[in-house]
Amino acid sequence: MASILVYSEKTNLAAELITAAQALGASAIQAVAINDSAQAEALAAAGAVVYNIDNSALIPADVAATAAALQAAAEKLGCDIVLLASDRRGKELAGRLAQAMGAGCLTDVSALQANGDQIECQRNALGGATVATQVIIAAKKVIAIRPRTFPPASAGAGSLQSLDVAIKTSSVKLLESRSKAGDTVDIEAAETLVVVGQGLNSQDDLNPVQELARKLGGEVACSKPVATDKKWLSEERIIGLSGKKCKPELALILGISGQVQFTVGIRDARLIVAVNSDENAAINQMSDYILTADLHDVVKEMSQKL
Amino acid sequence: MKIVVAMKQIPDLQQIRIRNRQPVFDDVPLALGNIDKNALEAALLIKESQGSDVIALAAGDENVEDTIKEALAAGADEAFLVLDDSLNGADSSIVAAVLAAAIGKMGDVGLILFGEGSGDNYSGQVGSRVAGILGYPQVGFASSIDLSSDRVTVTRSLEDCDEVVEVPLPAVVSVLADINEPRIPSVTQILKAGKKPKEVLELDELGLNLPAAPLQTLSNLAPETERKRVIVKTVDELLQNLATEGVVRR
Repeated sequence: MASILVYSEKTNLAAELITAAQALGASAIQAVAINDSAQAEALAAAGAVVYNIDNSALIPADVAATAAALQAAAEKLGCDIVLLASDRRGKELAGRLAQAMGAGCLTDVSALQANGDQIECQRNALGGATVATQVIIAAKKVIAIRPRTFPPASAGAGSLQSLDVAIKTSSVKLLESRSKAGDTVDIEAAETLVVVGQGLNSQDDLNPVQELARKLGGEVACSKPVATDKKWLSEERIIGLSGKKCKPELALILGISGQVQFTVGIRDARLIVAVNSDENAAINQMSDYILTADLHDVVKEMSQKL
Repeated sequence: MKIVVAMKQIPDLQQIRIRNRQPVFDDVPLALGNIDKNALEAALLIKESQGSDVIALAAGDENVEDTIKEALAAGADEAFLVLDDSLNGADSSIVAAVLAAAIGKMGDVGLILFGEGSGDNYSGQVGSRVAGILGYPQVGFASSIDLSSDRVTVTRSLEDCDEVVEVPLPAVVSVLADINEPRIPSVTQILKAGKKPKEVLELDELGLNLPAAPLQTLSNLAPETERKRVIVKTVDELLQNLATEGVVRR
């Protein structure tokens, strides 16, 4: 495999991309850091040849300028393959960079492997109903990989270089950046998830659900409407196509009908239990254990008996 | 000022069946992507508060003339369509080239809106690519949009922070699925939609030199789900099974 360039403004995600490049058997792994010498050092210690672009006019909020800088870096460094993280920033960047490079592009890639000179990528298609395996046949390739697809690279022999690229002055002004309020739950790391959907009657009914999750040693997660429409839980806890993709040992799914936009985020769980008042709910077709009952009663009884 | 809303004609996802792990498209109707409707709603809210022409832009096979009526019924002032059989499901790079060329023909475009991703592929590339082709600034994942005569202020919602970004017009903005609740057109609006103006071009009228398709799809299959599907009657029975599976202790 040819030389690969990796970039994410987030150090941990960039370190995952180094692992991905290693797995693909890249002949050289080069990384770009932008105005972040701490990241540059960390990625060099993780095995990449890191080029820090030091130019305060270049801000991550300006996707066009970031893409232009990466395009120039890829050209200077002789890289036809760029790996990005498929978080929101990375996804927005991917299309712009691919356009600047004249590259083919895949985003939201959840698995990839080298097959000769080709990189076979898997991603959800048809709203998650199917998984497509695709290759970029264009000479230049931009691949955005979902966070956590690979573990971060820990140690390796890299080095630190600096790189000058011409930056066009930006018309984008960042007026303000506000941290999102502090739900730092990591549902992707939980071994057990208790997942609630629109079958939950009220926000108060979350209390017994949380107690059950505690007793099971797990976390509470939800389908999208519970967080975005009802705002009963934070967006950090959303499972599904536009939320997180989790692979817990046990997923206890309460009051969720099982539309594919949701199930795509949980179908890799080892064991799925569905509790739903509708015996014909679609979720039952993809569950290991099915209990047709009122979720509120089941939650209380389970908590008592655990 | 014109606001362009780029909308994608996709198969109605709810009606796709899976047979032998293969998606079956027979008789599946075409529809506009869900998040595209959020982008349209964002445009309509701007139009209502400060006035502007809202143009629904789409590229696809001839069915798109019918599919786009939903956007006209919801309040778009006119449709701009580029027709070709090759455009349904075409690669993002090709669709972007077509949409950018169409926008270039309109004149006085201030804002170009996209959904954060299409309903089927959710790849999220086309907006960024169109901005790249046109050399416009862009802001993705918008949770709010505030438009003035020469600039737009957008809140970009990332996983861990909100960025308030100001860019000069013309600009490309992609909206989050939960930026708003799209309106549902009334029967009268649906009936009137067919009479709204439509500019319809065949792809070759744009005179584009389209890129070769950069991707090849090796397979597209429903994931295998081998689940036990054991029906249990009581909580006790469930807990017993979960204990046997080693996922709960009793």
